[in-house]
Amino acid sequence: MSRPNRSEIDTLIDLLARLPGLGPRSARRAVLFLIRKRGILLQPLAEAMQAVAQNARECLNCGNVGTTEICEICSDDTRANGLLCVVEDVADLWAMERAGAFRGRYHVLGGTLSALDGVGPDELRIPQLKDRIAGEEITEVILALNQTVDGQTTAHYIADQIEDRVALSSLAQGVPIGGELDYLDDGTIGAALNARKRL
Amino acid sequence: MLHLEHLTLSHFRSHRRAEVHVDARPVAIYGPNGAGKTNLIEAVSLFSPGRGLRRASAQEMARRPESLGWKITGMLRAGGDAHEVAFTSEGGASRNVTIDGKPAPQTALGRISRVLWLIPSMDRLWIEAPEGRRRFLDRMTLSFFPDHAQATLDYEKAMRERNRLLKDEVRDAGWYAAVEAQMARTGAVLTANRQSALARIAAAQAGAETAFPAADLELTSTEADIPEDEAGLRAALAESRFRDIAAGRTLVGPHRADLYGVFAAKGIPASDCSTGEQKALLISLILANARALAADTGAPPLLLLDEVAAHLDAGRRAALYAEIGALGAQAWMTGTGPELFEELGEGAQRLEVTEDAGLSVVRAL
Ligand SMILES: Nc1ncnc2c1ncn2[C@@H]1O[C@H](COP(=O)(O)OP(=O)(O)O)[C@@H](O)[C@H]1O
Ligand SMILES: [Mg+2]
Ligand SMILES: [Zn+2]
Repeated sequence: MSRPNRSEIDTLIDLLARLPGLGPRSARRAVLFLIRKRGILLQPLAEAMQAVAQNARECLNCGNVGTTEICEICSDDTRANGLLCVVEDVADLWAMERAGAFRGRYHVLGGTLSALDGVGPDELRIPQLKDRIAGEEITEVILALNQTVDGQTTAHYIADQIEDRVALSSLAQGVPIGGELDYLDDGTIGAALNARKRL
Repeated sequence: MLHLEHLTLSHFRSHRRAEVHVDARPVAIYGPNGAGKTNLIEAVSLFSPGRGLRRASAQEMARRPESLGWKITGMLRAGGDAHEVAFTSEGGASRNVTIDGKPAPQTALGRISRVLWLIPSMDRLWIEAPEGRRRFLDRMTLSFFPDHAQATLDYEKAMRERNRLLKDEVRDAGWYAAVEAQMARTGAVLTANRQSALARIAAAQAGAETAFPAADLELTSTEADIPEDEAGLRAALAESRFRDIAAGRTLVGPHRADLYGVFAAKGIPASDCSTGEQKALLISLILANARALAADTGAPPLLLLDEVAAHLDAGRRAALYAEIGALGAQAWMTGTGPELFEELGEGAQRLEVTEDAGLSVVRAL
């Protein structure tokens, strides 16, 4: 392989610098690192990226990102247990999957309602959500949205649209696992107190 | 006692590099006009959430003409608890906060420090627009309720969303209801916090021996009555939609609250009092707030009193210093000359600020 010239490397740096959490400086370091590990990292990475670029797509049903038209979760019949977990984006879905605690299906909204950002109900996958509740015999919708103003606005909006068709729930708020009370903010402590359980 | 122990400023306004070591006693700062005294206590005001005592942008705080970035560090101590706090602002972006080396949101400052201030532009607070009184009230409220900062941000965010819906003349009632639910939830917190801060200040005034006149305070509204509870606020917002579309903004809610003050001993509204009385009422409130906090949390707040001494006669000044001394507050006070701080005696430390070729020079005495 010929030695890549400066401008190709610069292009790579510029592209990497656009990734969330990376800037020009960290992109330069990453590229140098990759070039040093060309055989064991850069080449496999290039191939993996090529493959993903060709095959990645959004699941037509839930909005998850995978390599098939209908994602693995939506094709898995054992996950049709009547529970549907609504999340803001794919990263949240993957976080839930990493936790491994949820065995139902998901619905990815693709954002939150925000008039300021020009995102209305039609820009989110809310119509599809309504269709799925009927089509997949959903018995409970879990709204796993962020505790931000936009997240809670969206949760409220969706709840209002579907509350007469299906049972609704949201994630509990409170003391995180391993959390020490002394380090929690007042809001978290208040929420945990409100969501207390009888022993 | 909550106090700053070590403060450094770098490229902050007129200070290119300043380093100050202080103990828990009051800090008397003197020097000629324009030397950089207010700039120094503005830096201290940033140890609480918000834009500081001038409400300036981070960009304005960058030393001109270079306008690079600026940095402030400080060691905050309260009893055995010490926190290293650092602020940096680059490229005009609002300040990044680290607490003990870890990035933290600005609102986290409210949990480790409390800062109250009185600056000359507040002299007209009682007679000017409600915004100033609301800010004063919210600063006091924040000192009691650190979560007030986040509730305020959330309320304002929800309101900006609603105002956008109004401007775009969106007709989706469900969308309004969802946004209004957030405004009502956070707005009820704001009102409850404000009410209970006023109650604490009233109690602190009642119990105090002070040379300054008590003020009766009442939470009022610039418009129709503002419902206090979440359900009432939600209903009022829903009801106000048509009117608000016409106005292009939200006309009801705690963002339209006002603070009504009365010179208690005379029964006269603060706005009708003499200039000197109006100022005395503000000093009295700051002191009452500090006393209430000291009783609540065991530590009085940091006080920033800009040019306060100059407008008091010698007797009142001595009384102010005695009350600050009794509180044990680290009060940062500015004035043009050392004679203004004579009555403090050994009870304070002194900094002189002078200007040399456009740069502030801070010298401990
Ligand atoms: N961003 C800035 N860069 C450089 N100088 C500044 C900046 N902002 C204000 N100043 C200067 O600081 C001086 C005022 O300092 P200030 O602290 O208000 O004085 P005082 O000692 O009277 O309180 C003025 O000379 C002003 O020009
Ligand atoms: Mg000044
Ligand atoms: Zn799917």
